[in-house]
Amino acid sequence: MSSEWPLWEVFIRGQHGLNHRHVGSLHAPDPEMAIRNARDVYTRRNEGVSIWVVKSADITASSPSDKGPMFEPSNSKVYRHPTFYDIPDEVGHM
Amino acid sequence: MYAQMVISEATNDDPAKLEAFQARVDANDKIEPKEWMPEGYRKTLIRQIGQHAHSEIVGQLPEGNWITRAPTLERKAILLAKVQDEAGHGLYLYCAAETLGVSRDEMTEMLLSGRMKYSSIFNYPTLTWADIGAVGWLVDGAAIMNQVPLQRTSFGPYSRAMIRICKEESFHQRQGYDIMMKMAKGTPEQKEMAQDALNRFWYPSLMMFGPSDKDSVHSAQSMAWKIKINTNDELRQKFVDQTVPQAEYLGLTIPDPDLKWNEEKGGYDFSEPDWSEFYDVLKGNGPCNRDRIEARQEAWEKGRWFRDALTAHAEKRAARRVAAE
Amino acid sequence: MPSLPDIMTPDAETLAKAQGKGRAAPLEAGSPEHDLFTGLTRLGDNTLILGHRVSEWCGHAPVLEEDIALANMALDLIGQTQLWLGLAGEIEGRGRSADDLAFLRDAWHFHNVLLVERPNRDFGHTLMRQFLFDAWHQPMLRALEDSADDRIGEIALKAGKEVAYHLERSADLVIRLGDGTDESHARMQDALERLWPYVGEMFHVDEVDVRLAHEGLMPDPASLRPAWDATVTEILAEATLIRPEGEFFHKGGKQGRHTEHLGHLLAAMQWLQRAYPGAKW
Repeated sequence: MSSEWPLWEVFIRGQHGLNHRHVGSLHAPDPEMAIRNARDVYTRRNEGVSIWVVKSADITASSPSDKGPMFEPSNSKVYRHPTFYDIPDEVGHM
Repeated sequence: MYAQMVISEATNDDPAKLEAFQARVDANDKIEPKEWMPEGYRKTLIRQIGQHAHSEIVGQLPEGNWITRAPTLERKAILLAKVQDEAGHGLYLYCAAETLGVSRDEMTEMLLSGRMKYSSIFNYPTLTWADIGAVGWLVDGAAIMNQVPLQRTSFGPYSRAMIRICKEESFHQRQGYDIMMKMAKGTPEQKEMAQDALNRFWYPSLMMFGPSDKDSVHSAQSMAWKIKINTNDELRQKFVDQTVPQAEYLGLTIPDPDLKWNEEKGGYDFSEPDWSEFYDVLKGNGPCNRDRIEARQEAWEKGRWFRDALTAHAEKRAARRVAAE
Repeated sequence: MPSLPDIMTPDAETLAKAQGKGRAAPLEAGSPEHDLFTGLTRLGDNTLILGHRVSEWCGHAPVLEEDIALANMALDLIGQTQLWLGLAGEIEGRGRSADDLAFLRDAWHFHNVLLVERPNRDFGHTLMRQFLFDAWHQPMLRALEDSADDRIGEIALKAGKEVAYHLERSADLVIRLGDGTDESHARMQDALERLWPYVGEMFHVDEVDVRLAHEGLMPDPASLRPAWDATVTEILAEATLIRPEGEFFHKGGKQGRHTEHLGHLLAAMQWLQRAYPGAKW
């Protein structure tokens, strides 16, 4: 047999964090053990309160060569940001 | 610094693509696994990260040699936590290399069959408790010299692994020096052990940086690709300059009669290690080469039934889950 | 041939004691302090010796993830040892620290159960030993949370969180390996049978246990058996392993009579402290 355990990506939400952040990967035979291994490998220094794991093979990523078309168009939509608008000081905080 | 003498692979790629790639590296863009990269870049990285990972794993052995004999409960816990970190660092690095299309099992097989190397330093034995201090102080000290700049390496997964490793390693060198302080200021026998450990680990630590690479074409390519950040000589000099005052504080003598401060260059002049010994160790003739590899082979072979059983059980579980749906 | 007259000293233990620490009036056997000291060293020696055994795997486990997980468990156990033996030294009141107790007692003064000093053998054997112990350790700590002595309750509360995870992990691996391949199943069944004769000692009651339970300091070990049985029966069934029949068990560890293995373990563990008396590390 000797097939290698699949690779999992590990996401951890820290004590004060709002979001799960990608922290690294590891090998495990199934999702339950991936969670446990993630606890032992990636929270040795009290880093986390919640763990997600996902099989690396199940991740679909944007293609790096699409970087331009994917992300640059939003550069020009400056009106989506509050700093685009000038509100007179007299109006106060908005 | 666990990647000594990594020879860059030649690359036969489209010059226009190469140029564009170099421009990205020069602009400090991080290169990510699925992006185009020169074949030589990929192969060199696999070799370098793999060697680095193997060094962490084999590096568990000389220190692990003292876990069951650590002199206090606290020292036992600290040493165990440190050796555990090394397993973790090996794991992070294998994962970084895996993004380049080589599996951890493949790399492990290459280590065990001698097709991939690990740092020469781990072929030296740890003979007294002071060696555990010396390994933390000198070996980790030398490793950190190299790892800190590698946080800026061009390959994203490698860079991220190095950032995590450097953060975790910050206690390793300190705990080593802490042991040395206790030994150097302890009983006459403890002081003797401390000096003896320094005598045995000084030159092998200097060898960790690899031979002078002033004129190496391979190094130049790796530096251009930001896989290697400093030359071996720069790092070695920095290490000596940092370590000499630390030894003085301990009241220990660096085993080099020609060591002296050079005002002009603002650093120490020091003796070269015996490079013939270095090449002997690389060829397999260090004091512990065979023991180290055999220990890893044994762990791997004797663990096979365990790994296979968990795979088999996971398949059964998955099948039951499907059947239940 | 008739045996020669015994010219050995009849009381080597007293002589040995007189040379080492604690020679100043050892606690009187049967006194409340001696009972509590004994009970605490039983807890601390269990974690010390098991932690030591688990740490022997460091750098040699079948896969990196397990190497790291095992080290975590050993670290928990060493930490618990510091607390239990620290408190034991305090109760004894002879100025012995947790380190003194760990590194300067001889085997006959160790009070761990024999189970934890059994050698590691293969990885499955190590995990089975861990599971059989964890299944006892967890209800033990839970009961200790209600000790009449708050210091014991506090340690038990902290250790209990760690051990709940140990049990979850070792039970899960016993299931996976029992119900894995034919080879893993055979190895786990073999480990279970080899270790079974060391299970009963964990629930065996001596007069110290009786008095400690009477004072509300520590639970009656026999009272932990139903919880242990429930856990073990459930997990073994899921692991497709067969619970051995025998009721016989080896004992003596809690009273300081050990297997040959403990002496070798201590020879390594205590060597530096013994070779360089009084040195600071």
